[in-house]
Amino acid sequence: MRSRDLYSLLLIAIVAGVALFINFAPSQSFLGRDVRFRLGLDLQGGIQVLLRTTSAAATKDEVQTAAGVIERRVNGLGVGETVVQVAGNDRIIVELPGVENPEQAVETLRGTGRLEFIDPQGQYIPTGTVVRTTGEPNPAKLASTNPLTGTNTVTNTAATGPIYQSITDGKDLDTSAVQPAFSQGGTLGSKPAVAFAFKGNSALGLEKFTSASVGKPMCIVLDSAVVSCPVINAALPNGSGVIETNSTVDRDRILNELKYGALPIPLVVETSRTVSATLGQDSVRTSITAGIAGLIVVALFMVLFYRLPGFLAALALMIYTAISFGIYRLIPITLTLPGIAGFILSIGLAVDANVLIFARLREEYRRGRDIRTALELGFEESWPAIRDSNASTIITSIVLFLFGNSFGVSIIKGFAITLFLGIVVSLFTAIVVTRTFLRLATPVFSEQNAWLFGIDRRNTSAVDPTAPAEAV
Amino acid sequence: MENLVRHRYWWFTISLLIILPGLYFLLLNPLITGGGFRVGLRPSIDFSGGALWDLRFPGKAPADVTTSAIVDVFAKSGFEGAQVQLSSATLDGKPAAEVLVRTRSLSATDPNSEINVVFAALKTAFGEVTRERLESVGPTVSQESTRSAIIAVLGASLFILIYLTWAFRKAPHPVRYGVCALIAMLHDVLLVLGVAAILGTFFGLEVDALFLTALLTILSFSVHDTIVVFDRIRENLINRRSGEIFDNIVNHSIVQTLPRSINTQITTLFTLTALLLFGGQSIRNFIAILLIGLISGTYSSIFNAAQLLVVWEHREWQRWFRRGDPGSDQPAIPA
Repeated sequence: MRSRDLYSLLLIAIVAGVALFINFAPSQSFLGRDVRFRLGLDLQGGIQVLLRTTSAAATKDEVQTAAGVIERRVNGLGVGETVVQVAGNDRIIVELPGVENPEQAVETLRGTGRLEFIDPQGQYIPTGTVVRTTGEPNPAKLASTNPLTGTNTVTNTAATGPIYQSITDGKDLDTSAVQPAFSQGGTLGSKPAVAFAFKGNSALGLEKFTSASVGKPMCIVLDSAVVSCPVINAALPNGSGVIETNSTVDRDRILNELKYGALPIPLVVETSRTVSATLGQDSVRTSITAGIAGLIVVALFMVLFYRLPGFLAALALMIYTAISFGIYRLIPITLTLPGIAGFILSIGLAVDANVLIFARLREEYRRGRDIRTALELGFEESWPAIRDSNASTIITSIVLFLFGNSFGVSIIKGFAITLFLGIVVSLFTAIVVTRTFLRLATPVFSEQNAWLFGIDRRNTSAVDPTAPAEAV
Repeated sequence: MENLVRHRYWWFTISLLIILPGLYFLLLNPLITGGGFRVGLRPSIDFSGGALWDLRFPGKAPADVTTSAIVDVFAKSGFEGAQVQLSSATLDGKPAAEVLVRTRSLSATDPNSEINVVFAALKTAFGEVTRERLESVGPTVSQESTRSAIIAVLGASLFILIYLTWAFRKAPHPVRYGVCALIAMLHDVLLVLGVAAILGTFFGLEVDALFLTALLTILSFSVHDTIVVFDRIRENLINRRSGEIFDNIVNHSIVQTLPRSINTQITTLFTLTALLLFGGQSIRNFIAILLIGLISGTYSSIFNAAQLLVVWEHREWQRWFRRGDPGSDQPAIPA
């Protein structure tokens, strides 16, 4: 036993030990990092939306700002592991795993968050009505075809209807003053509300209008839709007040939109994908079964076909699995269904390098070399084939990753990443790990227990490097 | 020892016999039935745009919710021309009718009210309904996807050709290796596209983003297999004895790498079969395509790529149209 082998063994033990520790870490954390598996949308349910700006003049900076606003709103929703990223020049990808009400989530993302107070000319406008104001004379919501909702008729009247005078400008909202509150100061029967305050001209305008119109209604308009039309009981000093809502869900949505600012550009939903949690759980269960079945069958095949080397390769395969999972947890990599398929496929690749080496080992042994030489030659001679073939798969996985990136579909990226990692990790386990194990195991070998290697010299041809070796 | 190289034109014939029916459904059939030129593949919403609704009706058999009734509900809710596919599934351990509906994509400005209208109508018509999946892809994205899909396949092929030419730079005629590997790759792509066209024509198989992923994986695995054989040829050429002809070297190399090719194919078959059996409905088509492609990839690396090197060595195409049987025994030409 040479010291180099011992160092290799030590390295393997450390790597495998760390990987196992990450996988079985108590409280699911390693060096302060959360190492739970991250499951993609297809595995835990949730929604992915691709938002696109309709404004042709939108700059990259504006899209970036919009993404920032959306990110803050998404964080306000309280779902974990969300993704908000800019794709291309005019798109934002948002992923919200585990969201139970996708429609509401989409509303929260897209609401531009522009708060206005309008003078309804003494009328009470029903809640939800889309109105035209001097601040936004052509709201996008009016342009949408919306044939079967109750507000249809009202909407159409509004499209040609009056343009109401805006008292405030959304830009003057003091976001730091936006707070959750209760109407009527929290007394019995009060409702969830959002406190707000305006600055500058809007504050002055609001104070002036309310003091002049006590007893008359004033409408609160959020993103061109009427929230409510309360009667003014008293003047709103310094332009501050509260918006009363019907439920805490509504309250949180409005709070979110006001607090985290307005979107600088209008956004439409270009693509959306929702998956239910039950479908995701089904997929997790079936993937685990498939993974275990695949691992067992491949390990069995290796042991039966290649005996001792096969057994050591199967052991290396287990280390491979532990390392891969450790990396998935540590980086972390979000696992998707195709991602798991990529991992299971890479099991086949991990074994391929070993199959190449062992086939070569048998060949060299049959040509009359002793087992140690055959072993070393097996590794050396098969290296170019292993290197070149894996290089081509790495090229493909990189192309797939780039393609998945531009595509905005995380599922393809998931497959590319696990395939890529699978190749890199398998090169380590199939070559370093198996080689070290085999070197340490060669002292066991003698002509009597040649069966351990599944080889014998009965049909050995003359030592002839170009003679074909029937290796099976 | 079996002489695999001598029968090379048989191997090419087998490949053609498998690929030609697929090509018929890929190119000719749409021309005959549709009258215009288009590719005979069924694009999924990823590439054509549209919406896919995966709905389940708990406690109902597929017979309880008829296709026409669902089409009606969707039409009344503003989605004309919905395509409906019925199957049975289980929901929380209980049987449920599962319905896949393809419609136009959701409105970009106000998708939620469209969704609400459809679900309200479905509830009125059929009672309880759960939404398992709802995907909507707008036209801009689907066009871009199609473009980047083509770029991805061409880009990957180009990089692999460059890499192969570089990896085999020390062998005589390195470009031949790259080109022959690419032809073998093209064989696999045509075969898989043909199979997809046939399955699409008869069973409604759709080509989606996952199909493309499978195709690219097949490309890389095909080259992977080819490289292993080529690498042996390169090695045997270096150790070549005087007077040994190229055909024999190629044949030796194929036979020597055959155990590895078979064993690797077997292990991959095992893992893919496990995925096919237990791996969940949504990736079943993906795995099936991979399975077909990987088998084709192994075949093409042994029976096409390596054999084409021999064809090239002898420049056999000069004789193809002069003699009746170009595959018959030729005088051994020392290369």
